[in-house]
Amino acid sequence: MNEKKEPLLRAENISISFGGLKALNDVNLEIYPGEILAIIGPNGAGKTTMLNIINGFYKPDEGRIFFEGKKRTKRMKPDHIAAQGIARTFQNLALFRGMSALGNIMMGRTMKMRANLFSQALYWGFSQKEEIEHRKAVEHIIDFLQIQNIRRTPASMLPYGLQKRVELGRALAAEPKLLLLDEPMAGMNLEEKEDIARYVLDANEELGYTIALIEHDMGVVMDICDRIAVLDFGHKIAEGTPEEIKSNQKVVKAYLGEAEN
Amino acid sequence: MTFFLEVLVTGLMVGIMYSLVALGFVLIFKASEVFNMAQGAMSLFAGLALVGFIEQYMQLPLWLALLGTVAVMTVWAYVIVFVVLKPLVARPPLMLFMATFGVMYLLEGIGQSIYGTQAKGLNLGIPDIPLEVGGIFLSTFDLFFTGVAAILVAGLVWFFQKTRSGRALRAVSDDHEAALSVGIPLLKAWTITWIVAGVVATVAGVAWGSRLGVQFSISYISLKALPVLIIGGLDSIPGAIIAGLIVGAGENLGEVFLGPYVGGGIQTFFPYLLALVVLYFKPYGLFGKEIIERV
Repeated sequence: MNEKKEPLLRAENISISFGGLKALNDVNLEIYPGEILAIIGPNGAGKTTMLNIINGFYKPDEGRIFFEGKKRTKRMKPDHIAAQGIARTFQNLALFRGMSALGNIMMGRTMKMRANLFSQALYWGFSQKEEIEHRKAVEHIIDFLQIQNIRRTPASMLPYGLQKRVELGRALAAEPKLLLLDEPMAGMNLEEKEDIARYVLDANEELGYTIALIEHDMGVVMDICDRIAVLDFGHKIAEGTPEEIKSNQKVVKAYLGEAEN
Repeated sequence: MTFFLEVLVTGLMVGIMYSLVALGFVLIFKASEVFNMAQGAMSLFAGLALVGFIEQYMQLPLWLALLGTVAVMTVWAYVIVFVVLKPLVARPPLMLFMATFGVMYLLEGIGQSIYGTQAKGLNLGIPDIPLEVGGIFLSTFDLFFTGVAAILVAGLVWFFQKTRSGRALRAVSDDHEAALSVGIPLLKAWTITWIVAGVVATVAGVAWGSRLGVQFSISYISLKALPVLIIGGLDSIPGAIIAGLIVGAGENLGEVFLGPYVGGGIQTFFPYLLALVVLYFKPYGLFGKEIIERV
C-alpha cells in the first residue's frame, strides 16, 4: 500500500557499529503517513537500535535520514528531533517516577508549550493561561486511555500495565507526526495486550497517527499492522504486508532456524 | 536541661550550614548523577569573588556584590557544562566524577591566582551578639543564616514544584532518556542546575566565609557534607536538610556528652560514625530513592 505516497520518514543505507558489533548494516526503511509499521526480528536484530537512530539517541555511522523530505543534519539532537514531531516510548519503562500520571503526560507536551521552557519565570501570567489549555488536551488523552482514576497516583506506584499506558499517553500528548513504540505490550497478559492493541489502533484510525512499533507477539503484529519490516543480525531481510511476511521463507528461517538435512 | 537544649540548638544551627553544602551536591546529583567534588571549591570561589567585589578590587555595596558573585557563578556554570561536561555526555558517571575533580583544582587555582592565598575576613555587618530565648542563648549570626537557609530551601521547593523549568529539571533527574524524548534539552537543563547549585554554593560560601573567614579550607567543608549525604540520601533535598541537622546536632551533642568519657575530640569523626550506622541499615540513606533493578 501507499507506494505512490512520499514517505514521512526515509532512512537510507543506515549502518552503525558498537565496538566490533555491527548492529545495523545498510538498512533502508520507509515509514508512510497514516500507516502502522511493525519492525520485527529475533533478539539482537537491531530493532531498538533502529528506533534509537530514528529519534536521534544514536547517530548512524553511515546513512541518511529524511523526515518530511528534509535531511537530518549531524547537529540535530534528540530534543530537536522531538520538536520536529517524533515521540516515543521505551522497551523498559522510562517514566518520570517522581511525578504523577498526570504530571508525566503533561511533560509530554513540553514541545507544544509556546512559553519557553526556561523563561517561564518571566512570563508567569501568560504561561498560567497556557497551562490550562494544555491541561485540557491532557485530559482528552487521559479519557482516551481510560486512566481517569489514576491521574494523581505517582507513576512509580502504578502497576506495570498502567505504567505502560501512561508512557503511551506521554508520547501521545506531544501530538507527534511519528509515534515510535518500543515493545508496547512486553510483559503483559492477554487482556492488557488487547487493551493496548486497541489504543494503538484507535490512535491510528481515529486520531490519525503514524506509528512504527516493535513487537514480539506475532498475533498482535499480524492483526494491527499495515506493513512489516523484518530485521535479522542487522540486516533487513524482508518487508511487506502481514500476508507476504507470513509466507516469506527467509523470515521463517530467521525465526525457526534452518532444518538440517 | 537548659544546657542540653543550648548544645542541641547550637548543633542544629551548625547543621543548617552543613545542609547548605549538601544541598548543592544533591541538586547536581539529581540532575546528572554526578557526584560533584567541586561543590566546596564553588563555595570557596563564591566567597573569594564576594570579597573581591566588596573590598579587594572594588568597593561595591553588599547587594551589588552579591549579584556580581551570582553572575560569576553563572559564568562558571556555563564553562563547566559546555567545556567540561558536554564532551562527556553519555559517558559512565565515574568519568564525570573525575572531571569534577579537575573543576575543583581549576576553581582553587584560578581563585588563588586572582584573589591571592591570604585568608580574608568577610564582615556582613551582622552583629554576633547572644540573644536570650526562653533561657537559651542563641547567636544572632546563627539565627540569621538559619533564616537565610530556610528561605533558600522554600525557594528551591517552589522552583522545583511549581515552575515549568523546575519540573523539566525534575524530569531530567528522573530519567535522562525519557526527558530527551519529550524534547527537554539536556545541556540547557544541566546549565540551569549548575547555576542553581552555584547560587546555593554562594550562600554556603558567604555563610562559612563570614564565620571562618574566606580561606582555602572552605573547599574542604565538602568533606563534612559527605556523611550528611550518606545519611540523607544522595538524591533527596529534604534528606539533605534533615541529615544536615542530624549531623550538626549529633556531633555537638556527642562532643559535649560522650566526649568526656573517651577523652574528647570526637566531633570530627562522629558524623562518619553516624553515617556508617545509617549505611548499615539504610544503604540508600534515610530519604534516598531505593533503586531496585531487574536482574
